[in-house]
Parts: sequence; structure tokens; C-alpha cells
Amino acid sequence: MSSTATPQNDERVASTGLVLKVLRRPEFGAFLGAIAIFVLFTAVDTTGNFGKIDGAVGWTDIAAPIGIVAIAVSLLMIAGEFDLSSGVMVGTTGLIIGMLVTELNFGIWPAIGTAMLFAALVGFINGYVVVKTKLPSFIVTLATFFILKGANMAFTMVVTGSVRVTGTDKAEGYDSAAMLFASHVGPGGVSIAPIAAPTDFQITVVWWLLITAIATWVLTRTRFGNWTFAAGGDANAARNAGVPVDRTKIALFMYTSLSAALVGVMFVLRLRGMQAGQGVGQEFYYIIAAAVGGTLLTGGAGSAIGATIGATIMGMAYIGIPYALWNSDWTSTFLGIILFSAVMINTYIGRRARGGRK
Amino acid sequence: MSTTPALELVNVGKTFGSVIALRDISVTVDQGSVTCILGDNGAGKSTLIKILSGVHKPSSGEYLLEGESVNFDSPRDAMARGIATVFQDLATIPLMSVWRNFFLGNEITTGWGPIKFLDVKRMRDIAKAELLNMGIDLRDTNQPIGTLSGGERQAVAIARAVYFGAKVLILDEPTSALGVRQSGVVLKYVLAAKERGVSVVFITHNPHHAALVGDRFYLLNRGKLASEYQRESLVLEDLTKAMAGGAELEALKHEIGR
Repeated sequence: MSSTATPQNDERVASTGLVLKVLRRPEFGAFLGAIAIFVLFTAVDTTGNFGKIDGAVGWTDIAAPIGIVAIAVSLLMIAGEFDLSSGVMVGTTGLIIGMLVTELNFGIWPAIGTAMLFAALVGFINGYVVVKTKLPSFIVTLATFFILKGANMAFTMVVTGSVRVTGTDKAEGYDSAAMLFASHVGPGGVSIAPIAAPTDFQITVVWWLLITAIATWVLTRTRFGNWTFAAGGDANAARNAGVPVDRTKIALFMYTSLSAALVGVMFVLRLRGMQAGQGVGQEFYYIIAAAVGGTLLTGGAGSAIGATIGATIMGMAYIGIPYALWNSDWTSTFLGIILFSAVMINTYIGRRARGGRK
Repeated sequence: MSTTPALELVNVGKTFGSVIALRDISVTVDQGSVTCILGDNGAGKSTLIKILSGVHKPSSGEYLLEGESVNFDSPRDAMARGIATVFQDLATIPLMSVWRNFFLGNEITTGWGPIKFLDVKRMRDIAKAELLNMGIDLRDTNQPIGTLSGGERQAVAIARAVYFGAKVLILDEPTSALGVRQSGVVLKYVLAAKERGVSVVFITHNPHHAALVGDRFYLLNRGKLASEYQRESLVLEDLTKAMAGGAELEALKHEIGR
């Protein structure tokens, strides 16, 4: 290392002002979209509540569980991989916990631990198979998805004789676990009462915001984050530079699976039971949230905040459409249009801002 | 500077099943010099570079690093011994910033105990200063490296290898995809690396580029060493002719009849 040059502020950097810096953020398009959608639903609102705290309680409740997994899915997509088994994993972990406590008399905490271990294992297998066989993760996790989907239904039928598990709230330790994963927070404090005050936010929202902050920090300010971008940007170049690409990807598959498990824990505690089909189809919502938030489907670019904004947009749509007395059968169509426009806008802004080419 | 060559191949051969890719290759890379390995497509350049960088092991012969026989299991092994390879297209990640690319895999972190985070400011400053030392003057190391020209990207990869202590730098056709001006840029950095005491192995099929920077030249043809030249005795025309297959070119001239 030498010290001949001491670069100070280069005069040729036409003060890359705050504006352009913000414009270059991959989630900028989504942020604009979120504001537009908020304004739209506030305008067409028939209840007068959408723009108020009651409305926010509603849409954050929808957005939080989507956001928690979407952040993980986003990181995985930045590393160049997909996980289609993330939705069904929510149901699988919920069912594991439900059956362990109702059939084998597990305490709720050991049951949560077991389910988390199982999720970590599935994530590891997903990742290991993808990096070793070099098959597309789309196919590998599609297989995992269907294997788990079938197992969820078959096991539940065999064990309980129905398509759902109930009674998790009778397990030992339920209250302490519910306080952490399934309570609601408001001016009256933290509570696990089944009926929440209209201004009480779900504790899942706190988890969601916390995870957004941590994931953002990890992604932009740690070696692991650097390797995540590198693995998705160009795996060969990353390997040549000494980045452990395979390990990074496997870790991200495990993180995605564990995020889904966390949401499974939240649902099984809050609903005090679990449907065998829970979570199936959610994997697309996570991918939509990530893509709306500016994460590149081909890997190499994206952010955690983007996924959070994407989840916010979906939450607002789910609450705003009934508030506006629109036919909620159209919700998916609405989300499809949002996805398409967001990706178009992101691509456009990205092209203009990134290269500095006009 | 000692007189032990930085790197030496002695009668190295490589076979893949019944295919003989290389035979009896003896190459000497002197310390702080630029050694050019030239050859047309299919001459065995790629196999040779893979042996040098640790991707393949030689089937026969010896690989000496500073006089000591070595046997690398992987490119990482070779890297740990100070042999860095800059591959043609596989050197940098386009969407990542220049400084992130510069430090990729060697990130500087600070922090408390197990909580470690990137020392962004320091990495930016070092990247900028190091690039400047190599004569690469970038406006902003925060810009994605994909916005740089091909030559500049190669240059960043070279500067990175030099900064992280490469003693031997292997360049795989660094100018093949570049225009004339950009090639000139890269050749300048090859010499800059040499001036900093790095031994460079420059693999190319362009004799003009080789002649500009090389100290010693090896010509590969059909898996064998066809000839060897020193800088002092080199005549560019000989090199060009030898590469094109000398006599064959004459015959071609007659055939085409002009």
C-alpha cells in the first residue's frame, strides 16, 4: 500500500446531489408508487378511515407477514436464486407446531424450536441441491413446494382426521410465545386478547420493521451483503475474487425458509390453529413484493427496503379496495397491474439514473 | 532482485484422455518482467493459462514457483501463493460499484466482537488512491463498474491484483475484446504493474500488443513451443510471420495469387 495520492473531493463529481442519489436507489419507483396508491385509496375511500390510524392498522397487518418473507426472498433474488417453497413453508411450520403440541403434548417453545430446525433443514437442502446440481432454483424449489404441499395435506388428514389443527393455545408456554409473536400493541400496552382495539398494531409490524432495518444493514454494510450482490451479479467473477458463492447462497436459502417459518409461528399462535393449505400461493406475493420494490429478477440488484415498500403496496390494496367498496374479486388483477407498472417504471428509472446516461 | 525466476514450467505436458493439449512446454518468467505467450486459436493458450492459474494440474513435467516445486489444487491455492489471474470477461461484477469490486472477497471490516461491518470510507479512499497510483483516474469509485469502458475495467482488475500482493499476474487475453485506444490503456497498466515489481504473464494472440510490452516471447503452436524470442533480438515481422505459420502464409499468398 502506498500513500502518494490523497484523493479528496474530486472536482469532476458534479455534486451528485441528494436528488440523484435518491433517484438511483432501486426502490425509488416503488416508493413513488406507494405514495400514489396511498393517495388513490384515501381519495376513493368511503369509510373515511383509510388515511387514519385505523386504516394503517389494517394494511400493516396484511403487509407485515408478506414483508417479513419478501425481504428474505428479495435477498435471495439479489443472489440470483428463487424460492417457490417459501409460501408453503408457512403452513408446514404452523402444522408441525400444531401437531407437536396437540398430539405429542410438546410445550409451545420446544415445538417452535423443532419447526425452526425443520425449516432450516429444508432451506439447507434447497440451497445444497441448487449449488451442487446447478439446476435452476425455480425447478428445485418448485419440487420442494409440491412435496411439502402434499405432505401438509396428507399428514394433517392422517393425524387429525380433518384439514386443520386446532387448540395450540392450550399448550404450555402459549402466553409467553404469543406475547412475542402474536400480540398487539397500542396505547393500552401489549396484549394477546383475541379482540384488538381498533388502534392496536400487530406485533408482527414491529418484527417487520426491525427485520427491514437489520436486512438493510446486512445487505449494504457487511461482507455477507457484498457477497450476496456479487453472487447474483456474476457468480464466476465472484468466485474468481474468492467469494464463497455456494455458502452464501445456501445461507440465503436457509434464511428464506426460516423467515417463512417465523410467519408460520406467528399465524399458528394468532389463529390458535392452522389450515393444511395455509401459505400455498403466498410465494408469488413475496416475489411480487420483491420485484415491485426494485429487486432484479436476474439477480445482482435490489434492496430490503424495496421489498418492504412492495409489501406495503399490497397491504394497502387489500384494505383499500373493500374500503372503496370496489369488488374485491379484482384484487389480484389490481396487484398484477401494479407489478407490471412498477417493473416498467423501475427499469426506466434504473436505466436513466444508473449509467448517468440520459 | 534475485535471479531465481518468479515462475518456471519445465517440460510440462497436459493430456485430456487421448487428446494431447500441451507437450514439453518449458517457460521461464523472470521476476519483474513481462512474459508474453502468443498463439493462434487452438494453440493451447487456454490450457497453459489454466495450468499456471491452478485450474488444471500438469500431466507431466514440473511447475516451479521461485525455484520451489508446487502443485496447486485450485485457483485459490495459487492465489494464496501470490499468483493472481485476471480472466478476460470474468473479472468484475458490472452492477457493483468500483470500490466494492476492488475489495470483493477482501473487504475491510471494523466493528465490535462478532458484529463486523464494512469500513466503507476507508475502502473508497484506498480504492481511489490505488487506482490513481496505477494511473487510473476515476471520477467516482461509487459508480457501478459496468459504466466504465472495457479497458478501464481490466485496469481496475489489474490494480486490484497488484494491491492485494500478487507477485505473478496472469492476464488472459486482456486486449482481445478492446479497440485500439482501450488496448493501449490496458498495456499501460501492464507496464505499471511491472514497474511495481510484479511479474506479468501476458497471454494474447496479438503480436503487436505483445511486442509493445514484452521482455520475452513464447510462441505456442499446436500444443508445442514453436519458438522463443528475447526483447533485444525481436523483430516484430518475424513474430507476426511465425504466428501466422510463416511458410503457410507464403503458400496462401501464392494460392490467392496476388
